[in-house]
Amino acid sequence: MAQRELSIVLSGFGGQGLLFAGKVIAQAGLLEDRHVSWLPSYGPEMRGGTASCSVVLSDEPVGSPLVTAPNVLIAMNQPSIDKFIGEVESGGLVLADSSMIQDMPTRDDVTIHTVPATNLAYENGFKTLANIILTGKLFAETEFCEKQTLLDAVAKCVPPKKQELLEPNLKALELGMSL
Amino acid sequence: MGEKVLMKGNEALAAAAVRAGCRFYFGYPITPQTELAAYMSKIMPKVGGTFLQAESEISAINMLYGAAAAGARAMTSSSSPGVSLKGEGISYMAGADLPGVIVNVERGGPGLGSIQPSQQDYWQATRAMGHGDFFQIVYAPNTVQEMADMIFTAFEKADEYLTPVMILADGLLGQMMEPVELPDEIGELPEKPWATTGTKGKREHNIANSLYLQSNELEAKLLERAKRYEIILDKEQQSEGFMLDDAEIVLVAFGASSRIARSAVVKAREEGIKVGLLRPITLWPFPAKALEATLGTAKAYLSVEMNMGQMVDDVRLVVGKDVPVEHFGRTGGIIPTPDEVLEAIRSLNAKVGE
Amino acid sequence: MAEEQVVFERPKTLTTKPTHYCPGCAHGIVHRLVAESIDELGKDGDAVGVAPVGCSVLAYDYFSCDMIEAAHGRAPSVATAVKRVHPENLVFSYQGDGDLASIGMAETVHAATRGENITVIFYNNAIYGMTGGQMAPTTLPNQVTQTSPYGRNTKEAGYPVRICELLATLDGVAYAERVTIDKPSSVRKAKKAIKKAFEYQMEGRGYTIVEIVGTCPTNWGMTPKDAIGWLEENMLPYYPLGVYRDCVEEGFETAAEAALARAKDVPIVTGGVA
Repeated sequence: MAQRELSIVLSGFGGQGLLFAGKVIAQAGLLEDRHVSWLPSYGPEMRGGTASCSVVLSDEPVGSPLVTAPNVLIAMNQPSIDKFIGEVESGGLVLADSSMIQDMPTRDDVTIHTVPATNLAYENGFKTLANIILTGKLFAETEFCEKQTLLDAVAKCVPPKKQELLEPNLKALELGMSL
Repeated sequence: MGEKVLMKGNEALAAAAVRAGCRFYFGYPITPQTELAAYMSKIMPKVGGTFLQAESEISAINMLYGAAAAGARAMTSSSSPGVSLKGEGISYMAGADLPGVIVNVERGGPGLGSIQPSQQDYWQATRAMGHGDFFQIVYAPNTVQEMADMIFTAFEKADEYLTPVMILADGLLGQMMEPVELPDEIGELPEKPWATTGTKGKREHNIANSLYLQSNELEAKLLERAKRYEIILDKEQQSEGFMLDDAEIVLVAFGASSRIARSAVVKAREEGIKVGLLRPITLWPFPAKALEATLGTAKAYLSVEMNMGQMVDDVRLVVGKDVPVEHFGRTGGIIPTPDEVLEAIRSLNAKVGE
Repeated sequence: MAEEQVVFERPKTLTTKPTHYCPGCAHGIVHRLVAESIDELGKDGDAVGVAPVGCSVLAYDYFSCDMIEAAHGRAPSVATAVKRVHPENLVFSYQGDGDLASIGMAETVHAATRGENITVIFYNNAIYGMTGGQMAPTTLPNQVTQTSPYGRNTKEAGYPVRICELLATLDGVAYAERVTIDKPSSVRKAKKAIKKAFEYQMEGRGYTIVEIVGTCPTNWGMTPKDAIGWLEENMLPYYPLGVYRDCVEEGFETAAEAALARAKDVPIVTGGVA
């Protein structure tokens, strides 16, 4: 059964592409004409520090775009999983990049999937696309939109000047969907 | 109209400003309005416009003063500490009856405060933007779409009433992305026969000036301007009502906090509490008429703000003493959660319910 | 009967309004030189002036071209925008020492270094006149003013600013000259400088400034004649007259060309120009 109401927190190091992954998810919502919002954390941590963003997909107007009780957490480093796992709604979903997280905290009331996304990305020759692998995994777990919509969303988000990145992005997405 | 695209509030506002005929932008870097300036620096050269990064906020607002005097559609943007510096120039613009648009993407204060969103500049925007008796029209968008739409309106009203107009946004609206449909490019811009464009030997000289050494002349000027303010107060109030028809508890909230208040209203209604939301879209003029219209059913008012309680003064001025008016706020850059607001609604309901 | 001939008249660019300046003040002379220059260049219909805060605050009533009254010190920013909106116009600011070199120093320096194609007319009389004679950024060491009643003490109040020398170091400046009005020959030189600055602006050469070393008999507490004497004795040695920057004299068409030559060994500056 598809889960269409999403309040997502994506978090990791700056440079891991979490803001981009969030934008792809929001774009998919837009393409299906739903209410969406995307909000980055912003601050002095331009590189290397923890970067996070909130994405909401809903059939109702979005109230606060700042997600404080996510039903999905996508975490790509240790500080992020430590910081946010306690905030996930009971019954929520956690996708964690196990390549980057040594000590995986546990919770009984949420579904946790660990994916070695960064290693998979390296092995498959698109080393910067662990974020998109996890986006594919999010689709596999929730079917939050039509599959074609998500492919179209990736195509929309890859800038026209970087079209050579489209194909690896789509491959990474398919890989994530197959996990 | 074009297709819906995902854009940050800061960028949507900038893109719409250009479509509203703005060809001169003067700014200075400050978080969290940076994207706005960055967008302008990219697009202005492509549309034959001018992007100028000034040496200070003070210089930027005085460039706006000059461009406005010269008859151009022009704007500047900043964030709270920078807007304080602009107070000088905004007062001069008001004093010289010059139109222009100032965007404040608010952050926490006072002083350097924080870079997180706040609504702590309500008093400044609506009461005390600078020295002297003057007002500016203040719009408070609460979606990225409104960031785009209101900058359009702001330029029109600035030219119509010959006054500075402010868009009072915050870091949340500036930084977030939402779907937005940008407005169409404007056609003709209004004539400005008063502008200092050079006499071309065809008329007496125009003067842009706020100095009146004769007190009676200054008083006459202020009275003339006050008449314009009366018209603005009468014609330009804007607000949006949500579930107000039978509302016993009326929330009043603008901008980012109105989104959270709306979520809280939906939740409280599920609990059977008769609650509604009045969202001021113009902060000056404050939508007093719409608020008065809620007096029939209201037993209490709750002003929800991201500050220590500022707009609540305006609510009290309209509501008077017979009905309780309370404030709920988080401040310093904290965004309240719908549950916190819901709790405030519950406790107010417990107090005045029966 | 001999035919009547007009040998002297009010310039078109001055209004008929009597000025409020004190007896012996040289603002009137400088206004006239600016107006004559604009007339002679045929730019009276295209000129836009920016008045300061200070004694010449009411200059907008005296010049018959379009005028803007700026906030204290901000005239260069206002003029910058006016010129950007209408590049074909002749845009000038008219400023005193407090306005230009104290509260407006940032605006002055940055308009100059941006190479804004504007002309700044700078009247330096080493004192705040309108507010009643306080110490200015250009007040000389040991000079007595209302706020330096024992004379400007450089240990406390630091040193005067030499504006032409300062601005001449900036790449955006096409022309900077210091002149005075102490005698007819000086006035003629001042007129030449102002006209040249306007011409450079219309030729798009860059930022231009003419500093006029003048008097303030009222606040200096002297007769106009004594004030001229004091100016010659003290002001001129401290603020030497002359051309501090002239890109054309240096062999360049514009300030920008001169700046490029100065940075000829810097690849990022010269890249793509060749």
